Amino acid sequence: MKRILSNIGMALTSLMTIPAIAETAGKVDQYSLNMTKGVTDISAEVYDLHMLMFIICVVIAIGVFGVMFWSILFHRKSRGVKPAHFHESFKVEIAWTVIPFIILIFMAVPAAKTLIAMEDASEPDLTIIVTGSQWKWHYKYMDDGVEYYSKLATLPDEIKGKLEKGENYLLEVDRPLVIPINKKVRFLITSDDVIHSWWVPDFAVKQDANPGFINDAWAIVNEPGVYRGKCTELCGKDHGFMPVVVIAKEEGAYNEWLSEQKAMLAAAKAEEQRLLAMNMTMEEAMATGEKVYLANCAACHMPNGQGLPGVFPALKGSKIATKDEPRHIEILLNGVAGSAMQSYAKQLSMPDIAAVITYERNAWGNNTGDLVQAKDINAAMNGK
Amino acid sequence: MTSLSTEHQGSGHDDHHDDHHEHAIPKGIKRWLYTTNHKDIGTLYLWFAFIMFLTGGAMAMVIRAELFQPGLQIVEPGFFNQMTTVHGLIMVFGAVMPAFTGLANWLVPMMIGAPDMALPRMNNWSFWILPFAFSILLASLFMEGGGPAFGWTFYAPLSTTYSNDNTALFVFSVHMMGASSIMGAINVIVTIFNMRAPGMTWMKMPLFVWTWLITAFLLIAVMPVLAGAVTMVLTDKFFGTSFFDAAGGGDPVMFQHIFWFFGHPEVYIMILPAFGIISAIVPTFSRKPLFGYASMVYATTSIALLSFIVWAHHMFTTGMPVFAEMFFMLATMLISVPTGVKIFNWVATMWRGSLSFEVPMLFALAFIVLFTIGGLSGLMLAITPLDFQYHDTYFVVAHFHYVLVTGAIFSIMAAVYYWLPKWTGKMFDITLAKWHFWCSLISVNVLFFPMHFVGLAGMPRRIPDYALQFADFNKWISLGGFAFGLSQLIFLALLIKACRKQGDPVSSQVWEGAEGLEWEIPSPAPYHTFETPPVVK
Amino acid sequence: MLQKDYEKYYVPAQSRWPFVGACALFLMAVGAGNLVMEHSKGGIGNSKYLLAVGSAILIVMLVGWFRNQIQESMTGMHCAQLGRSYRQGMAWFIFSEVMFFVAFFGALFYARVISVPWLGGASNNQMTNEVLWPSFQAIWPLLETPDGTKTEQMGWFGLPLINTIILLVSSVTCHMAHVALEANKRGTLKAWLGLTVLLGCTFLFLQVEEYIHAYTEMGLTLQSGVYGNTFFMLTGFHGFHVTIGTLILFIMLLRIMKGHFSPENHFAFQAGSWYWHFVDVVWVMLFFFVYIL
Ligand code: HEA
Ligand code: HEA
Ligand code: HEC
Ligand code: CUA
Ligand SMILES: [Cu+2]
Repeated sequence: MKRILSNIGMALTSLMTIPAIAETAGKVDQYSLNMTKGVTDISAEVYDLHMLMFIICVVIAIGVFGVMFWSILFHRKSRGVKPAHFHESFKVEIAWTVIPFIILIFMAVPAAKTLIAMEDASEPDLTIIVTGSQWKWHYKYMDDGVEYYSKLATLPDEIKGKLEKGENYLLEVDRPLVIPINKKVRFLITSDDVIHSWWVPDFAVKQDANPGFINDAWAIVNEPGVYRGKCTELCGKDHGFMPVVVIAKEEGAYNEWLSEQKAMLAAAKAEEQRLLAMNMTMEEAMATGEKVYLANCAACHMPNGQGLPGVFPALKGSKIATKDEPRHIEILLNGVAGSAMQSYAKQLSMPDIAAVITYERNAWGNNTGDLVQAKDINAAMNGK
Repeated sequence: MTSLSTEHQGSGHDDHHDDHHEHAIPKGIKRWLYTTNHKDIGTLYLWFAFIMFLTGGAMAMVIRAELFQPGLQIVEPGFFNQMTTVHGLIMVFGAVMPAFTGLANWLVPMMIGAPDMALPRMNNWSFWILPFAFSILLASLFMEGGGPAFGWTFYAPLSTTYSNDNTALFVFSVHMMGASSIMGAINVIVTIFNMRAPGMTWMKMPLFVWTWLITAFLLIAVMPVLAGAVTMVLTDKFFGTSFFDAAGGGDPVMFQHIFWFFGHPEVYIMILPAFGIISAIVPTFSRKPLFGYASMVYATTSIALLSFIVWAHHMFTTGMPVFAEMFFMLATMLISVPTGVKIFNWVATMWRGSLSFEVPMLFALAFIVLFTIGGLSGLMLAITPLDFQYHDTYFVVAHFHYVLVTGAIFSIMAAVYYWLPKWTGKMFDITLAKWHFWCSLISVNVLFFPMHFVGLAGMPRRIPDYALQFADFNKWISLGGFAFGLSQLIFLALLIKACRKQGDPVSSQVWEGAEGLEWEIPSPAPYHTFETPPVVK
Repeated sequence: MLQKDYEKYYVPAQSRWPFVGACALFLMAVGAGNLVMEHSKGGIGNSKYLLAVGSAILIVMLVGWFRNQIQESMTGMHCAQLGRSYRQGMAWFIFSEVMFFVAFFGALFYARVISVPWLGGASNNQMTNEVLWPSFQAIWPLLETPDGTKTEQMGWFGLPLINTIILLVSSVTCHMAHVALEANKRGTLKAWLGLTVLLGCTFLFLQVEEYIHAYTEMGLTLQSGVYGNTFFMLTGFHGFHVTIGTLILFIMLLRIMKGHFSPENHFAFQAGSWYWHFVDVVWVMLFFFVYIL
């Protein structure tokens, strides 16, 4: 309640936005006008610091504008005021140089303290490598071998306005990151392609993911819950569609989740091996392929396979997708160096890769009739 | 001084000069293409800047229309990024900087009692490069692959490995803009150093001249660095270098250091002349001399010097070591002190003055209040731990639009209203001007103030679509944006009227209380002023 | 108001050259931009002609503009104040050039002091090295990049040293030419200036040799990591400036042959000589930071 009040107070400082406030006042509890207090000690500290700075700024503003408006009201020509002639005062000048300076020192001290606390990522209980790529996050638990991709789960039709937008529109992913509470979790943040930035407001963590370098950040989460954030560095076309979702669990639940993941990983490996030995039919391959394509490739090559001319090549009618099958496989396995086309060898299973290639070679009028099987992919992968 | 009949231009290959006695003004298109007159060039710059402002503004309208409600309605994400990028580039390099250069051209010679700029031909060259540079930039929007889509800050490797080939055009157009700015700045500096009338000592120069002198110095110091940055982007993208690629021993963050070493002084390039303008207008309408002239000069100098050591406050989240973050935080905070001195001096100038509120003064007062708001949010951004939360959200967008739109742009509008009667000899349409002011003032705050809230609540910048909790605010922001855009059409109408010389004639002083050499010459200012220098006492 | 000793500042009449120059830059930018784009698509097409036409117009423009200027100067239109404007303009132009080099020196220092050590695990980047580049060793010059491109170091002894001496000597000869001009010894002037131009050409010739050696025998190329990048960009832009400087001095020589310049009035010559000294100072910095350190 107190928070809501202070939010409203803040909002009122802007006379200009009263209409907006009026309309939204009823829904204030749905969201906040202010920075979140978050769920870590650091984020709470940051919030307090923010409010302190905000209040100092408001006080300064009121002081300065107060004097100014006093002049505007009382020292106006229309009231017949005769202008004074002073235009210099060494003492005053010194005063308003020194006093702001002192105010700044008052601001800098707590800021420096918080900063030093934030940057101390030493002695973590758990380390997770967070890797951004266009436009998804990859999480890898350093000590447990669990790793997976996490990407936007909002449906394209919601974005296009053909379906009603769900509650967590643009803030939901297929596989969230899961961490334990009350543990120091260190995030090692990097990127496979351009610069991204991993931001979870509730942790007060925002770190750029620079390709070729690793930055670190950390959080000790105090409450279980679902925390949502976003990529905050412009990273190309779908920068706006790259959310971060972190679920913080009690330690027990977390451990349970972790062993589930390990089991799932093992099962998926086994399934992949099993499928390696099997052949898909054309229908199966096309059905799976379309799903994989829409989930992974359509962002760039577009659902109709026509790409974006000059940026992402069309696959419809392209030489590689209609003729050069070995190169097609190779591109999926290795990506194209120095371009946005990344390697999918780690992101997709072999059957999925086979299916998506088959799909690309037969969809949109690319009627090659080629049917690629998982074992072809396996051969290409291990042949080199 | 120079006179040249139209026939002469047509026939002669050699430029003709005579004894500077006739006063015929060249006519037709050639007057503008071949001019060496600082007033003509000033006019060209100002109109160019205004057209660019409308162009960049139209792109902002596309942005605001797309952000009017959640979901993708009007443009594709790729095109949205092009709009953001080109909006930023055009507003910064095409609107604000040329507008200030135009004002410098018109005013600096008149204020210091010089017959013209020191290097008049180069002056014309600096101007004419600009329309060409921007036509290249704008043309790339219509080419296959589209225009630049990596933000006006063009961070590598998004602008190198992951951009499309049209980046080459972007690079060369930025080279041209840089060349233009550097030549413009050299001209201003040399004019001020070398062309002051007898008796116009340093500490008698109007503050607009001082602030421009320092701005010009900043320009010469940092525009070449920008040229270096785009050159490295070019070679990284097309010629296999790896300045910004870790695989070859480089670092993408190195790009940001080089860019912001230019970029931060650049933002002061966009505000120091504004300080000069406000320092001219506030005393006039307070009928009281500027308070603390000398401290204004020192404050401007300190801001300029400090601006070279704060650049990395744009990079707090890039993973710099703590001591670097600390240093840049403290250095950045320090800039508030000299900036504060300026604000306080203006307030002290008004204190116990005899104030009246003509249109230029209205804009100047709005500037002081709204720029201070923008400055204070800048101060909050400077606090590193807080910037981790603010960075790349709409809080930053709110900050820089307050300092740029209600700062730089409002100061330019104030300047135009202040000096327009001197330029045309006629008073502008005051009713329209007041409409322009009040519509702009209200709508600009509806436009930019709520951005603080959506930013704090977590809306990132540079996104074409957003989560539902930001919907209501964005609607208001967009409506404010459309209203602000329409308000500028009033300004357009007013300027067209003024250029057609409609309105009541004005005296040479124009404003009661205006002081300075430019107010001692007739209105409109003759084509050539100060053929023989005035003596300043 | 009129002061007795006041000279009228020369404000030139209208001139078409600035506008022509702007058009030239436009053509050059479009040409160069498209050239680069064609090059990246693996072929060079017609835009090279656009670039050539633009450059040709630029040259015509420079010739025309300077010819006007020289005529004005020779017919005494210029006054001392204008001379000061030109000198100050040139000085600030050189300052802007210095800042251009600062950007590249900045890249060099950043690579040496920050990015390469960080890739090797220094500062807060231990994990960068352990996880991403485990076998990378941070050594400057960077002879093996993180992705394994190998190259060799360009030593300072030999050609670079000779080139340093050549440029230093040429700075002296340029100064001697200036002294001779001020003493109105035209013969000596021509000799010293001719020698300077010759030294400039020699420098360029040797630098081309050095580049050929680097490319063919050492595997040191523009592509070989940040060491090669900074090496070629710095020495390359410097070489470009030497070329311009040599051309300027050569034109000065031609003008002197035609009898231009007097001991009192020789702005163009002085500007050229300043430029030459600037190019020389940049080289000394290069020699120290790129080659020796
Ligand atoms: C005209 C342009 C202009 C101006 C003048 C400023 C002025 C300032 N700016 Fe701003 N800034 C921008 C344009 C400008 N900025 C732009 C364009 C960006 C975004 C770039 C991008 O990423 O695209 C940006 C971004 C930006 C950031 C990075 C944010 C981020 O990306 O995370 C920071 C961080 O420190 C910052 C700080 C400041 C500060 C401290 C000032 C100070 O100069 C302000 C000083 C003024 C005051 C403080 C108010 C008046 C003073 C008083 C009344 C005295 C009393 C006060 C005290 C004692 C506190 N700015
Ligand atoms: C001086 C610089 C300047 C100026 C004046 C402006 C002016 C405006 N800016 Fe912008 N802006 C920047 C500099 C500037 N901006 C920069 C540097 C960025 C960062 C870019 C980046 O991220 O890389 C940015 C980014 C930016 C964003 C963030 C985009 C994003 O992150 O996705 C937004 C969003 O609302 C925005 C809006 C506006 C609006 C509504 C105006 C308005 O003030 C414009 C008003 C003017 C007009 C509208 C023109 C006049 C009217 C017409 C032409 C008639 C048509 C009118 C109608 C149809 C109504 N700007
Ligand atoms: C982030 C953007 C992006 C995504 C996602 C993406 N691609 Fe690509 N793809 C590209 C780019 C860019 C190229 C062009 C590379 C080059 O040649 O420079 C490309 C090239 C290709 C080519 C070669 C086309 C040709 O004719 O040159 C194929 C085949 C291909 N991609 C298939 C896929 C498949 C299958 C997927 C999904 C599993 C996928 N791509 C996902 C960006 C992407
Ligand atoms: Cu990833 Cu923005
Ligand atoms: Cu800054």
